[in-house]
Amino acid sequence: MTSSSPTFRHYHSAHCETGVVSSILQHHGHDISEAMAFGLASGLSFAYIPIVKLNGLPLIAYRMPPKSIIKGVQKRLGFNMAFQKFSDAAKGMDTLDKHVEQGKLVGLQTSVYWLPYFPEDMRFHFNAHNLLVYGKDNEEYLVSDPVFEDVVRCDKPSLQKARFAKGALAPKGLMYYPTHIPKSLPVEREIPGAIRKNAKIMYAPLPMIGLKGIRYLSGKIRKLDKQLKTERKVKLYLGHIVRMQEEIGTGGAGFRFIYASFLQEAADRLNSAQLKESSEMMTEAGDQWRQFALNAVKMCKKRANLDLDSLADDLRLCADKEQAVWRELRKFKG
Amino acid sequence: MNKNDVPQDNSRTYSGHRKVIYATDEKGSYERVESSGWEAEEFATVMAVEQLEEQAQDALARVHQGLSAPLEYHMYNKRLDIPQLAQVTGLFQWQVKRHLKPTVFTKLSHSKLQRYADALGLSITALQSVPVP
Repeated sequence: MTSSSPTFRHYHSAHCETGVVSSILQHHGHDISEAMAFGLASGLSFAYIPIVKLNGLPLIAYRMPPKSIIKGVQKRLGFNMAFQKFSDAAKGMDTLDKHVEQGKLVGLQTSVYWLPYFPEDMRFHFNAHNLLVYGKDNEEYLVSDPVFEDVVRCDKPSLQKARFAKGALAPKGLMYYPTHIPKSLPVEREIPGAIRKNAKIMYAPLPMIGLKGIRYLSGKIRKLDKQLKTERKVKLYLGHIVRMQEEIGTGGAGFRFIYASFLQEAADRLNSAQLKESSEMMTEAGDQWRQFALNAVKMCKKRANLDLDSLADDLRLCADKEQAVWRELRKFKG
Repeated sequence: MNKNDVPQDNSRTYSGHRKVIYATDEKGSYERVESSGWEAEEFATVMAVEQLEEQAQDALARVHQGLSAPLEYHMYNKRLDIPQLAQVTGLFQWQVKRHLKPTVFTKLSHSKLQRYADALGLSITALQSVPVP
């Protein structure tokens, strides 16, 4: 037996959570792109979090924590979502089935590791992945995973394991779906506030968050050879930064480009020359992040000598370029 | 980034998949461009995967020498480490460390074994054995 949400269209996205929000809204007839969802949620960030370790290395985040994008967009645009967690896995799967049978589009938080359709090299224990279930075919779920080109399928035991994986950021079976979406959404009205809020996040008065956080990491890189004794460890650390930046959840440069795309869309919607210029500057910041990643990898590969000072300077330049954007956007009135 | 500069490096880590990158066209307008991989990213991923595989192989050698329990091999093989395994099983790190000793591991209760088996997605029999060298 097949049941699926009629007329569902998969939307290939750069990032899972923004992709899920955008897909849900588009499914309900609203033209909200992934970039717009990201911008409205004030999703761009930077955080260096040494107390959270991934295989012994610190967590470096380039965007706001999981679920904040869904909640952020929801708050700005004034639609309602139901969120539900489960202590009993079987009940969590039954409830999902019930909603899917009604033809609803359901969002889930899952681990990446247990999803069988992920390529082997991308399967890490990361618990804050998001995907949509849009139907069921016998015992297989029809899944729209925003970071995949096309829809995929997932068997029940794997999906259950992925939804109820334990550990840091455990999803606890979280599922969510819209309960009420108004006919028109106040996109233009909300853009300036969302931009100012994001500027505030980047200017956070905390040493390891936002612009300060980028400079903190830059300082850390400068002294890396004194902290880590072997060259191998230094390289693993640098590789880790690049990996956090480019792969896990899109990362540093990727998010800068998404935000630049948002600024461009916002510039068109509000007819603002200032936002258009900001968008171009943010693109340059993204390019600089990629340059930093490229240089780091070159050094790891020994194609260039290990020069921590020059890498630290590259990263500082990322902060400087971003600061030039946020300085102006801080006061943005629309 | 201009869309012509979006890397198309056919990274093995993508296994033929494509990722979306936001890039600009000739007029500077953003669009979603599919990328088949980026060499720099691939290198960092492969380095991390190899590090994990190396840990698993080292653990396997220790198991065969009788210095460590099969649990250590399975832990690394499933891309976990001691803090993560403690978290997913709800045990303390010192308990997990203790359970990695062969003498302690062989005496583990059925319920503890089941807990590890569930966390690692293995049967108890599979948990108690390792591949031959």
